[in-house]
Amino acid sequence: MEKTIYGFVFRHSLAQQLFLLALTVASFPVLYVSLELPKQIINDAISGSGFPRSLLGLELGQIEYLMVLSFAFLGLVLLNGAFKFAINTGKGRLGERLLRRLRYDLYSRLLRFPLPVFKRTGQGEIIPMVTQEVEPLGGFMGDALAQPVYQLGILVTIGAFMLIQEPILGLAALALYPFQMYAIPKLQRRVTALAKQRVQHVRRLSDRIGESISTIEAVHADDGSNRLRADIANRLGGIYDIRFEIFRRKFFIKFLNNFLAQLTPFFFYSIGGYLIIEGRLSFGAMVAVLAAYKDMSAPWKELLAYYQQQADARIKYDQVVQQFDPPGMIDEALQVEEAEALPEIGPDSRLAFENAAYAEDEISQPVRSATLSLGLDEHVAIVGPSGGGKEELGLLAARLAVVTGGRAHLDGTALAELPQAVFGRRAAYVGPSASLFNASLRENLLFGLRHRPLRPAEAGPEEAARREARAAEARRSGNSEEDIGADWVDYEAAGAAPGEEMVRRMVEVLTAVGLDDDLYTLGLRGVLDGDAHAGLAGRVLEARKALRSRLDAADAAAPLEPFDADAYNVNATLAENLLFGAPIGPAFQVENLAGHPFVRGVLEEAGLLDRLEGIGLQVAKIMVELFADIDPGHELFQQFSFIDADDLPDFRAIAARADRLGLEGLEAEERERLLGLPFLLIPERHRLGLIDDAIRADLLTARRLFRERLPEADRASVEFFDADRYTARASLQDNILFGRIRHGQAHGAARVSALLGEVVDEVGIRDAVMEAGLAFQVGIGGSRLTQTQRQKLAFARALLKRPALLVVNMATAGVERVAREMLFLAARTAMEGRGIVWVLEAPELAESFPRIVAVEEGRTVEDGTYEALREAGGPFARLLRQ
Amino acid sequence: MALNEEVEALRAIPLFQRIEASKLRLLAFTSERVRFEPGDLVVKQGDIGDAAYIVLEGAAEVLVDTPQGPLKVADVGRNDIVGEIAILIDVPRTATVRAVEAVTALRISKELFFRLVAEFPQMAVEIMRELAHRLDRTTNDLREARAQLAAG
Repeated sequence: MEKTIYGFVFRHSLAQQLFLLALTVASFPVLYVSLELPKQIINDAISGSGFPRSLLGLELGQIEYLMVLSFAFLGLVLLNGAFKFAINTGKGRLGERLLRRLRYDLYSRLLRFPLPVFKRTGQGEIIPMVTQEVEPLGGFMGDALAQPVYQLGILVTIGAFMLIQEPILGLAALALYPFQMYAIPKLQRRVTALAKQRVQHVRRLSDRIGESISTIEAVHADDGSNRLRADIANRLGGIYDIRFEIFRRKFFIKFLNNFLAQLTPFFFYSIGGYLIIEGRLSFGAMVAVLAAYKDMSAPWKELLAYYQQQADARIKYDQVVQQFDPPGMIDEALQVEEAEALPEIGPDSRLAFENAAYAEDEISQPVRSATLSLGLDEHVAIVGPSGGGKEELGLLAARLAVVTGGRAHLDGTALAELPQAVFGRRAAYVGPSASLFNASLRENLLFGLRHRPLRPAEAGPEEAARREARAAEARRSGNSEEDIGADWVDYEAAGAAPGEEMVRRMVEVLTAVGLDDDLYTLGLRGVLDGDAHAGLAGRVLEARKALRSRLDAADAAAPLEPFDADAYNVNATLAENLLFGAPIGPAFQVENLAGHPFVRGVLEEAGLLDRLEGIGLQVAKIMVELFADIDPGHELFQQFSFIDADDLPDFRAIAARADRLGLEGLEAEERERLLGLPFLLIPERHRLGLIDDAIRADLLTARRLFRERLPEADRASVEFFDADRYTARASLQDNILFGRIRHGQAHGAARVSALLGEVVDEVGIRDAVMEAGLAFQVGIGGSRLTQTQRQKLAFARALLKRPALLVVNMATAGVERVAREMLFLAARTAMEGRGIVWVLEAPELAESFPRIVAVEEGRTVEDGTYEALREAGGPFARLLRQ
Repeated sequence: MALNEEVEALRAIPLFQRIEASKLRLLAFTSERVRFEPGDLVVKQGDIGDAAYIVLEGAAEVLVDTPQGPLKVADVGRNDIVGEIAILIDVPRTATVRAVEAVTALRISKELFFRLVAEFPQMAVEIMRELAHRLDRTTNDLREARAQLAAG
């Protein structure tokens, strides 16, 4: 990357900068004429004589002449404005392109950092560099050339004018500029150094904040928050000191600058006045020089501002670029460029290490001398004490780290010289903690197959043109032009055709690693998107019918209360009973019902409004009574109360007022709040006995009215339940059940899920349900999955691409025993006849491996079968005994 | 009112006798009411206990596994509490309770139970009192049994 910001700017935008400069210079004459013309209008057209005059062969009277000049002035103003507009837009665009390029370059370099860098540098330091710190550089880079030239041009013009008008005064006016040019940069330098420190301090601050977030559990568990507060306060103090010092110096520079600017008029008055009195200078000349001097101060200020901005930008650039140039960066050609032909890797290939060593830095050298050669049809277990270098050997084998001594090669080619694509596509790696993206299971699985855009996305001519325009703009900023919308999936590597076959393959792999049950459950809970349910809806309805028939057989004790358009469901909330459908968007969400005019109208007509408000009052009283003594932060509140702890005092007050004044005496807003409460009631669950038969009957009337009278505008806000239709807004499970699990039945949920399983198999949609599970969003870093599920998913991702070599590195340490055995079996079976390097957390796990390599203190010390090594009584036998 | 019936049932149990009505209402409200069909197991010997049950309606029998098969040792009925030992200390269920007729019970989860005890110290005192009574009874039984042995 270019060492200085000017290097960067000129390398990537010299032509555009020169163009802008030319435009700027071209605007000078226009500017000059537009300043000159008013004089002519006043002196010549208004107070002039000798009309009519001839202009371009036309005879013009005074008025006409004035009009012509005035319109010429208007034209010049417009032209001048157009120049400014073009220059500013050009600058803006240039700056934005350069900023885009800079950010992209930085990010692209980040992806090439060697892994140990991330042990030393926190996210909190790096992210702000790419996002915020470079932001102001955009504006500066656009101005880099045109701005100083423009301002300097004005300055020189005015200076020359003054010197020509009156040499002595001109010299006096310019006398102090050399001093300012000397003194101010000197003062500025110190400010610049402070600014540099400030940047570093703020970076460390953001890193600390990031760390507090990632260790928040320990902070609470160890009552460490006060120490962290003290630390942050200390850092903020440091930043305060620096910032204050900067302000002090900045304002001193300003003071000095203003003083010097005012000093010049002092010369004018004293020297100029003296010359006028002596009769050696005309009064008019002094006024002209004074006016010109005033005009000089604006460009001079701009120049100084530019200088300060430039000093700032240089530091920012230097500091950012330094951080993004760590030693040992992966060669750009090995990662970014697509090689013509990648070397073939197969069962006959050999991966070999000869006296390989690996050092992270001067102090830590985890691998000292590893010698190991394996065919990519062998399964090798690597064992050793923790900290003995086995994990790093795993990294070397996956080419996530490159040897710093000795040799490592694949079929004779040094690993360091192989493009990343070779291992990235033909080998797979599963590390101690799965790297998962905040996306669906499907996206996470496919990540291992997406290396290049392989099939362009289908698009109409309009869309194609838009995409081409985007790519062209990306090209101008040196960004990647590859289309994110294209199909990147390497189906061939997965051994499945696009579409259904690929989906089946993903389900297959997830089944092999033991995620099938989870996938099924997630699929049931998932809401299918538009197209996905179209093919499935019919069979889901079949399942619904099958379930219903099973329930009819044993009705009294049925664990499920089906939805019935003509019956009140006592296991559902009052809101669900009213809507008898799934709300879409906020309009009919339960918390908004009480305030919805249409809902209120419907309840009124059914004669329910007052009664429900009365029930709301009773609920409020019960809650106030039950939760009065309970600490507001208590879990009981969150779990059971209908009313937030914060709102409880309000409701207490409302209840007290209602006792005095009756329900009618309450404000409309208070009654609305009360009305919100009964919507949450589930008779079977809450057992408050408030929803009696009369209410239920009237609510069914309200349900009918709601459906009949629903205004056109609200039609899209609710999807009504229909026993013969798929509810697109509801989960697959809710669609099959089409009812609510009865409260208060022992083992009710278990019985329902058993029934559900039966009907799913009966209509044969288990696979489809599992496919639906692929859409499950795993959360940030896979946080919505358990540790075991995450590792299983990582194995599935690795196996999906059918690698020639699988490297597993301490990947099952946090996995439950049964799951671990399953993973071993799945991986070993799938990789039959292909290579595995498996770094094990415990030596006894090696028993099933045909070949074992023991590593100790960074050296490979033993190599052989389980039996042989155990009998040998060497390091491996020692490990086993421990 | 269903909730009120449950409060009455709780009041009839010695453990909860001296606790204010409003606390009992909270306990009832935050507990789940569960229905067991005849033959359903309320608790199973050897399982880890996660809840105690207060029988509101119906009847159940207490069975203990013996080498000769299950042996009925007691009957449980309305207002009896079942399974409280296993939520006080972490031991597996000491007996099986099977519904003889349809049983409706209030399920008090272990978490909720401890939360209430922490929230309302008078409940803890009541529990201590009850346990002390039982210990006293057991000690008496033991003394009599020993006396019989010595005499026998």
